[in-house]
Amino acid sequence: MSHGLISTELYYKIFATLMALTTLTVIAAFIDMGALNDIIAMGIACTKALLVILFFMHVRYNSPVTWIFVSAGFVMLLIMLMLGMNDYVSRSWDAPPSPWTAPPSAAPASH
Amino acid sequence: MNAPGTVKERNFINADYGIKSWLLTLDHKRIAILYLLSTTFFFVVGGAAAVLFRLELLTPASDLLQADTYNKMFTIHGVAMVFFFLIPTIPAVLGNFLIPLMIGARDLAMPRLNLASWYVFNLGGLLALMGIAGGGVDTGWTFYTPYSTTYANSQVILTALGAFVSGFASIMTGLNFIVTIHTMRAPGLKWFRLPLFVWAHYATSLIIVLGTPVVSITIVLVALERLFHIGIFDPALGGDPVLFQHLFWFYSHPAVYIMILPAMGVVSELITCFARKRIFGYKFIVASSMGIAILGFLVWGHHMFVSSQSIYAGLVFSVLTMLVAVPSAIKMLNWTATLYRGSISYQTPMLYAFGFLGLFTIGGMTGIFLGNLGLDLHLHDTYFVVAHFHYVMVGGMVMAYLGGLHFWWPKITGRLYPEGWAKLSAIIIFVGFNFTFLPQFVLGYMGMPRRYASYPDEFQMLNIFSTAGASILGFGYLFPMIYLTWSLFRGKKAGPNPFDAKGLEWTVPSPPPTFNFTETPVVTEEAYDYPI
Amino acid sequence: MSSDLHGLVAHQFDDMEQQREAATIGMWAFLITEVMLFGGMFMCYTVYRTLYPEAFQAGSHHLNIILGTLNTALLIGSSLTMALAVHAAQNGHRKQVERLIVATILLGSLFLAVKAFEYTGKWQENLIPGPNFAPAEPIPHLQIFYALYFVLTGTHAFHMVIGIGVMVVMLVMNRGGKFSKDYYAPVEMAGLYWHFVDIVWIFLFPLLYLLGRH
Ligand SMILES: [Cu+2]
Repeated sequence: MSHGLISTELYYKIFATLMALTTLTVIAAFIDMGALNDIIAMGIACTKALLVILFFMHVRYNSPVTWIFVSAGFVMLLIMLMLGMNDYVSRSWDAPPSPWTAPPSAAPASH
Repeated sequence: MNAPGTVKERNFINADYGIKSWLLTLDHKRIAILYLLSTTFFFVVGGAAAVLFRLELLTPASDLLQADTYNKMFTIHGVAMVFFFLIPTIPAVLGNFLIPLMIGARDLAMPRLNLASWYVFNLGGLLALMGIAGGGVDTGWTFYTPYSTTYANSQVILTALGAFVSGFASIMTGLNFIVTIHTMRAPGLKWFRLPLFVWAHYATSLIIVLGTPVVSITIVLVALERLFHIGIFDPALGGDPVLFQHLFWFYSHPAVYIMILPAMGVVSELITCFARKRIFGYKFIVASSMGIAILGFLVWGHHMFVSSQSIYAGLVFSVLTMLVAVPSAIKMLNWTATLYRGSISYQTPMLYAFGFLGLFTIGGMTGIFLGNLGLDLHLHDTYFVVAHFHYVMVGGMVMAYLGGLHFWWPKITGRLYPEGWAKLSAIIIFVGFNFTFLPQFVLGYMGMPRRYASYPDEFQMLNIFSTAGASILGFGYLFPMIYLTWSLFRGKKAGPNPFDAKGLEWTVPSPPPTFNFTETPVVTEEAYDYPI
Repeated sequence: MSSDLHGLVAHQFDDMEQQREAATIGMWAFLITEVMLFGGMFMCYTVYRTLYPEAFQAGSHHLNIILGTLNTALLIGSSLTMALAVHAAQNGHRKQVERLIVATILLGSLFLAVKAFEYTGKWQENLIPGPNFAPAEPIPHLQIFYALYFVLTGTHAFHMVIGIGVMVVMLVMNRGGKFSKDYYAPVEMAGLYWHFVDIVWIFLFPLLYLLGRH
């Protein structure tokens, strides 16, 4: 039951990395990179969260059960976002041609 | 064990006396009984509302109840039954009582949290009752926006708050079960030796933990919208009311599995015991429970086919819905295979299990109709839907609950129920149930919409059938309440294992002592080691 | 198990190890519920950001990025002190635990103070969603951005308040000599909660302050 494995030095290193990433994400936000901006911001946020989970919350040193629990939460969140957005993204698409009505005059183009 | 009758054995019931010893108890068995009382109360409340609107539907005109009273009645029925009976009952009563016994533990992992959950549950119930007393709600149990946020002129917030609070009670129970099943199994009780009842509750707890918080925050947003008009669900301000339906059904479709998975766990126990046969395909049943828990989260959009959800999303949800049928069918086939060449005895719990098999099959199959995008356009919001989900919830969950309650009644109370009366009322319930809801399939197919106090004359005949069936069903439910209470005082002493069943809960005296096991049992065999 | 630990193991558990394992799994399962609680709000955010990108861009622009960054730094700092506090508890250094938890509380309170300052600003600019919502320049659907801003940060701040309350309890327990090398699970669990609240902010910061800033 020895859980004092991690040295305090590692905690300071993680802290420094988190601060560096924060600085990076703020700077990146001011540079116009189009869609890349969102990806960078969210990518950095995920990296930071992962560092906190793995080291500050000791998941790296815990049993696989904890791993499964942590990923279950995030997978479920992803499912909710993906299936939900599936509706919003496809709402503007044309409706598929219905076999019960006369075919539309112009061929439906997506978007 | 001492000879019965000579020395009064210490058990969890006579361990302590007085109302305080019950209200402050940390014993999972006593808390289960507290929950039994609370949930039965809400079953009666929901049932009373059903009696009123079923009477109203005897005649085509809205004469007994005015339209708005009618709306309030079906809302009370839905809220009381769904949030305060169907969702909590099997986990909080049977699960609470049995899980520690089945896994050879002295209690749940967090006894204080367990007691707290009962208080939270009752607080939620009280809020909902206050909503009813303060004028009622007419939104239906689904609280659809923007009606609930902008137009409804009734106690939406109090009632929704009641549902919100009771959600925390169910989260507490779910957390408790997960931790208990993970950490407190007796030595030798490996995961694949667990009774299927425990597996079912594990899967249920996962759904509770993953789904309930979403509906909690949704209810908060509804309340904020109604109080301050912040725009999130208000189309006039740019909000999307359909987003509410997404969030609501993200929880409320899996909530159906919160109701039905524990019921399936009960039925697995009943069938293997009364067929005297080891359950067929243990691992498949386990896998299908977990499969249902996961797949259940992928299909919520089938409630929204006509809600202006994109048709492409509808297609995806329709296809995914067909997938959920697979694990349910696996279970059904496994139970049937267990019965095959078993030595079946037709005792009351088994009658309920048979009832479950038949009624749940009908409920499940009609669910496939409704999950079909094309067919649902015709059947949506008709009595077909009403009949479908009553076959699943009442035919499924309530049948299994009554079966389980009878099966473990001797364990809980130490007394046998009167077999003759019990069989009779099982049959009355089965007949009454079918009389009530079979006509509703036809009504819905003919196009009678749900949630109206009045209807065209041509629907009257079938509605009379339905109301007549409902009164039979109502009497059927009264019988067990009466004879089970009677058996507390006059029932025959049960002994530790009246049904000659397998499982750790049957190795301890009935009623069990406060800490369940005098010494921790060691498990050396697989589950359901029955002779055949 | 040494017998002097006997009083610390609750009756339903066999030993300290089982009790600790139960606490850890329970805490993680609880954190999943928290993920899903915020998940519902993230879903709303994603939907409305897709529907009304201009409103969200304008909203992000209007938030004070300096205060947001400051708060991020404060919370990451508090996570460090919290992690160190757990470390000190594992090694049985009571004095150190005390100092580090006080530091965590201070950093957390500073965060809340900054947040309160930000809220007051929004109040003065009539940016509280509801009947009195009146932004200086009318941008369609800006109210939905602010509704989500307040719901998200408000729920987060509520969690911070609870976290600070938990830290105070830890402080009292530590003073009372409840913790030792063999028994420090409460500090550890409180730490997990605190880090989780930090993680939520790690996501809220870019979502609300950064996206659409350029
Ligand atoms: Cu559904």
